[in-house]
Amino acid sequence: MGENGVKGLLLDEPLIFERSSEGRVGVAPAEFDIPEADPKGLLPAGLLRDKIDGFPEVSEMDAVRHYTRLSQWNFGVDSGFYPLGSCTMKYNPKVNEVACRLPGLSLIHPYEPEELVQGALELMYELEGYLAEISGMDAVTLQPSAGAHGELCGLLMMAAYFKDKGRARTKIIIPDTAHGTNPASSHLAGFKVVPVKSDGKGALSVEAIKAVMDEDTAGLMVTNPNTIGLFEKNIKEIARVVHSKGGFLYCDGANLNALMGIVNLGAIGVDLIQFNLHKTFSTPHGGGGPGSGPVGVKKALEPFLPAPRIKKARGKYSLEYVRPKSIGRLKAFYGNFSIMVRAYAYIRRMGGEGLKRASETAILNANYIKEQLKDTYHLAYDEPCMHESVFSDKNLLGYGVTTMDVAKRLIDYGFHPPTVYFPLVVHGAIMIEPTETETKETMDKFIEAMKSIAEEARTNPELLKNAPIKTKVRRVDETRAAREPVLRWVKK
Amino acid sequence: MPYIPHTEKDRVRLLKAVGAGNIDDLIAVPENARLKGELKLPKGLTEQELTRALKEKAARNSTVEDYSSFLGAGAYNHYIPAVVDSIISRSEFYTSYTPYQPEISQGTLQAIFEYQTIVCQLTGMDVANASLYDGASAVAEAALMARRITGRDKVLLSAALHPEYRETVRSYLHGAGNHVSEVMYCTEAGVTLPAALDSALDSDTACLVIQYPNFFGSIEDLKSLAEKAHAQGALLVAVTNEAVSFGLLASPGSLGADIAVGDNQSFGNTLSYGGPYLGFMATKTKFIRQMPGRIVGETVDIDGKRAFCLTFSTREQHIRRERATSNICTNHGLCALAASVHMVSLGEAGLRRLALLNLSKAEYLKKALANISGVEVAFSSPTFNEFTIKISKDPEGVLKGLLKKKVMGGLNIKRFYPALDKHILVAVTEMNTKDEMDSFAEALSKVLG
Repeated sequence: MGENGVKGLLLDEPLIFERSSEGRVGVAPAEFDIPEADPKGLLPAGLLRDKIDGFPEVSEMDAVRHYTRLSQWNFGVDSGFYPLGSCTMKYNPKVNEVACRLPGLSLIHPYEPEELVQGALELMYELEGYLAEISGMDAVTLQPSAGAHGELCGLLMMAAYFKDKGRARTKIIIPDTAHGTNPASSHLAGFKVVPVKSDGKGALSVEAIKAVMDEDTAGLMVTNPNTIGLFEKNIKEIARVVHSKGGFLYCDGANLNALMGIVNLGAIGVDLIQFNLHKTFSTPHGGGGPGSGPVGVKKALEPFLPAPRIKKARGKYSLEYVRPKSIGRLKAFYGNFSIMVRAYAYIRRMGGEGLKRASETAILNANYIKEQLKDTYHLAYDEPCMHESVFSDKNLLGYGVTTMDVAKRLIDYGFHPPTVYFPLVVHGAIMIEPTETETKETMDKFIEAMKSIAEEARTNPELLKNAPIKTKVRRVDETRAAREPVLRWVKK
Repeated sequence: MPYIPHTEKDRVRLLKAVGAGNIDDLIAVPENARLKGELKLPKGLTEQELTRALKEKAARNSTVEDYSSFLGAGAYNHYIPAVVDSIISRSEFYTSYTPYQPEISQGTLQAIFEYQTIVCQLTGMDVANASLYDGASAVAEAALMARRITGRDKVLLSAALHPEYRETVRSYLHGAGNHVSEVMYCTEAGVTLPAALDSALDSDTACLVIQYPNFFGSIEDLKSLAEKAHAQGALLVAVTNEAVSFGLLASPGSLGADIAVGDNQSFGNTLSYGGPYLGFMATKTKFIRQMPGRIVGETVDIDGKRAFCLTFSTREQHIRRERATSNICTNHGLCALAASVHMVSLGEAGLRRLALLNLSKAEYLKKALANISGVEVAFSSPTFNEFTIKISKDPEGVLKGLLKKKVMGGLNIKRFYPALDKHILVAVTEMNTKDEMDSFAEALSKVLG
């Protein structure tokens, strides 16, 4: 649908409820091979269901057409370039999708006896080992369902550690560049957030940490590379400061795609980290999940990991439930297994060398875009970047054009916009993360589009203000959505 | 290298364009932070080698098709119509991100809006969110939400709530000082003990959490429990993790629940050794600002055309940071799509029929097992498609004996309830044929005999 593409059919499609016709069944359930029970005889009358007013009833083909049309209004990684900073929208390999659907991996019940699921336990055990090796941690839990869930897991472990030592700590230090999940997870884990400002170059200074780190503080949560796309150069010294007060250095692993095979986080003082399998390890984002957020820790925190743990003894795998110091559990069962299968498939396909090459290439691609665009767009911090770079709308404000306008205009050129207005420390931020899976040709087209949009901003800003014009819907009234909430369909 | 498209020529050109002699010069990581040596990981595999390696692992698992499975307890083996995988395999759905740019995410947004509506219809509630991780974390979020709404601390869990859900609530609430306590179940009826409630519910109680049907499979009298909770100014949180029961049982909302949560895995989501599943949450309109998670709303675009977008974002972490209602960001959107497609395929008539089929099969097996000498139905309450039996021998050995006959005969619940040391939780779905059930009864009779 871009300027270099063809506009296709964009059919309208009502809500599924508006396609409904009473009594229609798409896919009928199995036949009765036993006598039909009489619910009235078995259950008290008050517990029986009335009619479900307005429940959708459509034919199988109508359901398929409905969802197929809906899908056509979406833009995914498979549709085109998706440089959404901080989200690592890399290619989602098709073999991963085949792998997680193998009956031996998808049709297994979580409460099957251990001897019947040795293959699954082995896969998880090996994946834990790979993640430990990549991060330099001593032990890994695969239980958390997402990045924020992993953060909560790590923070609860820190809290449990200090409680176990007989002196609870109440605070956690979080830089102003952090993802919103960091302070939200800290609050949920019972910590008071101590904010700390990054220096003029987008980095954390040793002095700033020294000034706030004390023995009531459980530790520091740092994203590295940070959300400006810069490696925290003082990380080793900062770790020393945190450790000298008995605290832990938590690394938000959202940006791990820049570091595989390049940095051993454990060796530079990181004590715990969450992995976003849906970012670094190629599992799909699914329109907002499911993801998976394993957590790796150093030895000191190992006793506090969620239960159960996977154990290996004499070639057999088992689940260890009795762990007196464990924080307990954060969900039922063991984690998002089918996401683990995909990440496992990715790591096995890449090998150590391939993962390193992925990180190197992600860095190379990000720097390429940064260099090509820095004369056109204002670069927030002119430093060599890691896997992403952050621009702003500073050069465009004079034409009455904002970051939002650039983002929406990019859609008309056939690209998904970058992350906008984050990190909060950069006014009008435009955060671009190309990932390693894009070709130079694709990046060149994107660069060309960005330059062309900057030119339009000067010569014809209305083009940006009215964008997008080629989409199913144009700019939506988000204020109205909040002021006059319509959050479900209701039968009229 | 897999998935990395650059040729050597590309690399050279890109390095030149950024003014770096080689990749090491470009990487802005100080020498003292660099990894010495290489990652110690297995060598990369071709796609064919990988497929072989994974099939080898898969072959060392036994599936619910290799055995007759009567396992449930929060993870249910239901038939998934072919349309479900066909739709969720459309990569416009599965390779997209959270719909932050509504103009190119109307597919995901409309699908979530429809999902929210279906959850409201099933639960009898006004509003629902786009999803949570799973049933257990949904209960924890509901408990936190009830505390925010009531300004009270105490969270009261029925002991007949899934043990792993209870454990999850305790972990989640640790940061907020816990205040979690439990209400005993009635050993005769297998439901929350009303007498125990009278002393446990007080003016400090934020909510009472009841599973419906509960962990033992028993159907709780939700209405009278809600009345008891309300009499003390507490909220009633209803938890359902066998969502097919919604096709037969009165909705939690119609019985007085204030927050309905649970797991919709039963619709469209494979067992996959425990995840990803599909946490849901629905509530009354007046509580919406305390509800965690993404919410999609209907609006219009600048041409006045119907459109959908994320809304009520000011509750969320990316705006409100430490004052957010929850830390949740990534949810289980694709699982919600799978559930929607399954439910839409069934329609109301299909859903009711499916629920009746589950009830009927469970009743058939319950009778067949109860006829065996050494087996009794453990609790007197009505059940849906899961029930607890008490046997004359140690369940561990009995279940092992059944495995030899290719039957996974249910869950030994002694690990969770030491007092219930002769008890097995048995689930039946439309996947269990009459022949399977007859064989199960015959095998159990032999193992016990």
